[in-house]
Amino acid sequence: MMASGRETAATGASWQPTASRQILKSRAQQLGWVRGFFAQRGVLEVETPVLGQCGVTDVNIDSIAASPMAVAGQHGGRGWLQSSPEYHMKRLLAAGSGSIYQVSQVFRDGERGRRHNPEFSLLEWYRPGFDDQQLMAEVAELVCGWLDLPQPHRIGYRQLLRDHAGIDPFEASITDLRKACRPLVGDGDLLESLDRDGCLNLLMSFRVEPALGFDRPVFVTRYPASQAALARVSREDGHAVAHRFELYVRGIELCNGYWELTDPQEQRRRFHDDNARRRGLGKTEMPVDERFLAALESGLPDCAGVALGLDRLLMLKCGADEISEVLAFPAERS
Amino acid sequence: MASYSTNEFRGGLKVLLDGDPCIILENEFVKPGKGQAFNRVKLRNLMTNRQWERTFKSGESLEAADVIDQDMEYLYNDGEFWYFMKTDGSFEQFPADEKAVGDTVKWLKEQDVYTVTLYNGAPLIVTPPNFVELEVVETDPGMKGDTAQGGSKPATLSTGAVVNVPLFITIGEVLKVDTRSGEYVGRVKN
Repeated sequence: MMASGRETAATGASWQPTASRQILKSRAQQLGWVRGFFAQRGVLEVETPVLGQCGVTDVNIDSIAASPMAVAGQHGGRGWLQSSPEYHMKRLLAAGSGSIYQVSQVFRDGERGRRHNPEFSLLEWYRPGFDDQQLMAEVAELVCGWLDLPQPHRIGYRQLLRDHAGIDPFEASITDLRKACRPLVGDGDLLESLDRDGCLNLLMSFRVEPALGFDRPVFVTRYPASQAALARVSREDGHAVAHRFELYVRGIELCNGYWELTDPQEQRRRFHDDNARRRGLGKTEMPVDERFLAALESGLPDCAGVALGLDRLLMLKCGADEISEVLAFPAERS
Repeated sequence: MASYSTNEFRGGLKVLLDGDPCIILENEFVKPGKGQAFNRVKLRNLMTNRQWERTFKSGESLEAADVIDQDMEYLYNDGEFWYFMKTDGSFEQFPADEKAVGDTVKWLKEQDVYTVTLYNGAPLIVTPPNFVELEVVETDPGMKGDTAQGGSKPATLSTGAVVNVPLFITIGEVLKVDTRSGEYVGRVKN
């Protein structure tokens, strides 16, 4: 195979970090900022397992299997590197932890690109008693305080797709959606295989995102209900709208937040739907996390939660174009 | 034939797309929020030399194209084909047509070595080395004393290529030329 312009695994020269010392220093400062932010607000720092017995069922997130040896009284075998500390943290919430946050390394199989590394640093926090609006205000304080940016706008998903892609995500037919995607993917099998959310994701990635958050940060809110695994849903103008939000800064997606779903039956139904879709796609079905569901049964307090990519936050702080500039060792050098 | 998944795509990889061999130039992984992942790929079609941009679902695969680059010595032209020979001692010869030779024809000198890109075993593209050394066969007479003054004139080289050269260059001199820009680099001293 022909060697590409980039280094190959075979070169002996790639032991060095890809981040400069200055950026490593900014990373340490950022962590200090985050801890100070939550200490001031009385939010408790927690640590939960990185290697868990269950992964996630989410169709678009692939967990990495890691199988530890059986220990006394346990069946060993299948384990999963966590793609987010969400389920464990919600178990803490159900046990009465109050407001909590965590900085952890999380894993998503196959995700490597300019803004993706299969292992990355995630800041996740939960606020009992908050709704999505209140949590957005707190996210804005954390992010805009650290990056020294003006307060974000809040714009609905529907308006963004109308403005940037010329379609109404709630009303457009699948034919219209595919028509809008055709210039991006051509006329092949991919176009035919795209369902509503597939089309919307494509348009969001290529028509909307690149233009978002350049004047000032932008919160995208009021997503279609089908695009929010664990968020509450309410009706707005006759459409099911999820209490989900994302923050974009200079075209970079920074975080994803929900006013959390607390209904265990609904949660179980969504797990099974996910697994049915995974089956259809020929993906591994994931074990349903019964401990998590049991915690929901016992009662999750009303809360809002958000997960924020710290490597991307650091990219914005340092003006980096590639995630590898802010990682000591990206996947190919790990 | 092997195939490559989007995760393996990187600059320089040769794949088949819509039946044509293509070289991957860039591969960008894009994944929105909790949505599906896509790869936005820039490719150059090696048959038409046109650049394409295509979006793939992450994890999709393309068949590898049987395309390899080989150093070969140029032998001769029979009016229809240009013949190249492997430099590995096998004496194996390959006829390249006008399309494969393309603009490289003006840099072809017998016994010099070129890169021949083979697709399914047949020459697809002939690429000259970045620099070639060729003799001047025609140019206006050299003028002594013009060295410092600058200025240039056209000179025809043994292969038919015409390059701009300084005024002092004379017929019979061997010049070093950059094939990428078609520019004169310097005289080759014996």
